Amino acid sequence: MELKGRDIISIKDFTREEVDHILKTAGKVDHILGENLRPLSGKFMGLLFFEPSTRTRLSFEAAMKRMGGGVIGFSEPAVSSVKKGETLADTVRTVENYADILVIRHPLEGSAKLAADFASIPVINAGSGAEEHPTQAFLDLYTIFKEKGSVDGLNIGILGDLRYGRTVHSLTYALSLYDVNLYLVSPPELRIRKEVLQAVRNRLRVKEFSRIEDVMPELDVLYVTRIQRERFPDPGEYERIKGAYRIDKAALEKAKEDLIVMHPLPRVDEIQPEVDETKHALYFKQVRYGLITRMALLGLVLGAF
Amino acid sequence: MESVSAVVSEELRVEKIRDGTVIDHIDAGTALAVLRILGITGREGYVVSLLMNVSSKKLGKKDMVKVEGRELSPTEVQEIALVAPNATINIIRNFKVLRKERVKPPDLVKDLLKCPNPACVTNSPEPVKAVFHVEVSDGVTLRCYHCGILMEKEDILKQF
Ligand SMILES: [Zn+2]
Repeated sequence: MELKGRDIISIKDFTREEVDHILKTAGKVDHILGENLRPLSGKFMGLLFFEPSTRTRLSFEAAMKRMGGGVIGFSEPAVSSVKKGETLADTVRTVENYADILVIRHPLEGSAKLAADFASIPVINAGSGAEEHPTQAFLDLYTIFKEKGSVDGLNIGILGDLRYGRTVHSLTYALSLYDVNLYLVSPPELRIRKEVLQAVRNRLRVKEFSRIEDVMPELDVLYVTRIQRERFPDPGEYERIKGAYRIDKAALEKAKEDLIVMHPLPRVDEIQPEVDETKHALYFKQVRYGLITRMALLGLVLGAF
Repeated sequence: MESVSAVVSEELRVEKIRDGTVIDHIDAGTALAVLRILGITGREGYVVSLLMNVSSKKLGKKDMVKVEGRELSPTEVQEIALVAPNATINIIRNFKVLRKERVKPPDLVKDLLKCPNPACVTNSPEPVKAVFHVEVSDGVTLRCYHCGILMEKEDILKQF
């Protein structure tokens, strides 16, 4: 399978076979992570972050440098040419002369696609607008695959803000490539968007709930996302519901022994610190899997694997 | 007096055109959108007849547009299908129907519509215009190539 030169813009552009290939490659990278391998020596990544995201940037930088590549770019639009009014199209056509691959994060929807159309080198979407964050979805899949041995056949719950979270949208599309039961748990105001549900409904068995206790005993995987106060027009409503979507040890009492709890991080209080010491807590390991998945993606797109 | 006005309106309705185009079976109430798609303002000087909400065997109610001395490009015929999927196009030469065709939506819509998503990159100063993929199932749905948002017929009509 050839992924060399491919843009990674949306999870929707990938077939099941391609995703499986990416997960298998990540598995190989996992085994050689400690070795001093430099398959991307002499290659450069252009990192264009038009909105700040320290975690995502660190993960991509670490992935590139661990494989011997270099990184150039910016992560503060305030100090870049963007402030002077340069378009994304022009920025891309400038920076591509210095790099072999571009990694872009931008607040507007469709921006990564635009960048890919203007660039002659591969583009990786590191988050565009409210909808897409494909590398997060790949790392979420890899986490499940690695921990459970397979994605097929699992009962997977996603909890929290399913309406505005871009992680949730990309993950839902990614899971629709597999044979899973999806349990969506959210306050009624934050249910998943109609178009996302429509797009996956034919391929996934989806059930929507508003109480986590109703589904907890069924789950193999629980993916927790943050509910932000700003999403509620009535602050009183937020105060009333927030406790019901918080995971603590008590909430996990009825969970399966081998349930894994995931979170895209950063968390605030939606997973209580007391959960960290339980065998369910997977979210810090997920960061490591993120590094591995991004190494695999960079290696594949740049033709090193 | 009554009979005179009846005759006048009847004459206006049935006035035939020599050369041009008759667009029939337009969904009731959307003829103005069809004229805007064709870029017809009425200031071009040629004769344009417009019938709205007349009864139709096929549609219950329908609109109809007759344009003297103007033929439609293939792109225009396709674009009409976005707002009037049942429309038929009659090409008239020398008072006779030379050709009759049904409209069929294009695969891609360019240079016609704006993306309704304010956060879409096509609504920023970037050097791109909105392009939509057309999906036909129950009705016509457009998907923005850049941001992926869906537009139904109602959303399309808002722009005309
Ligand atoms: Zn758009």
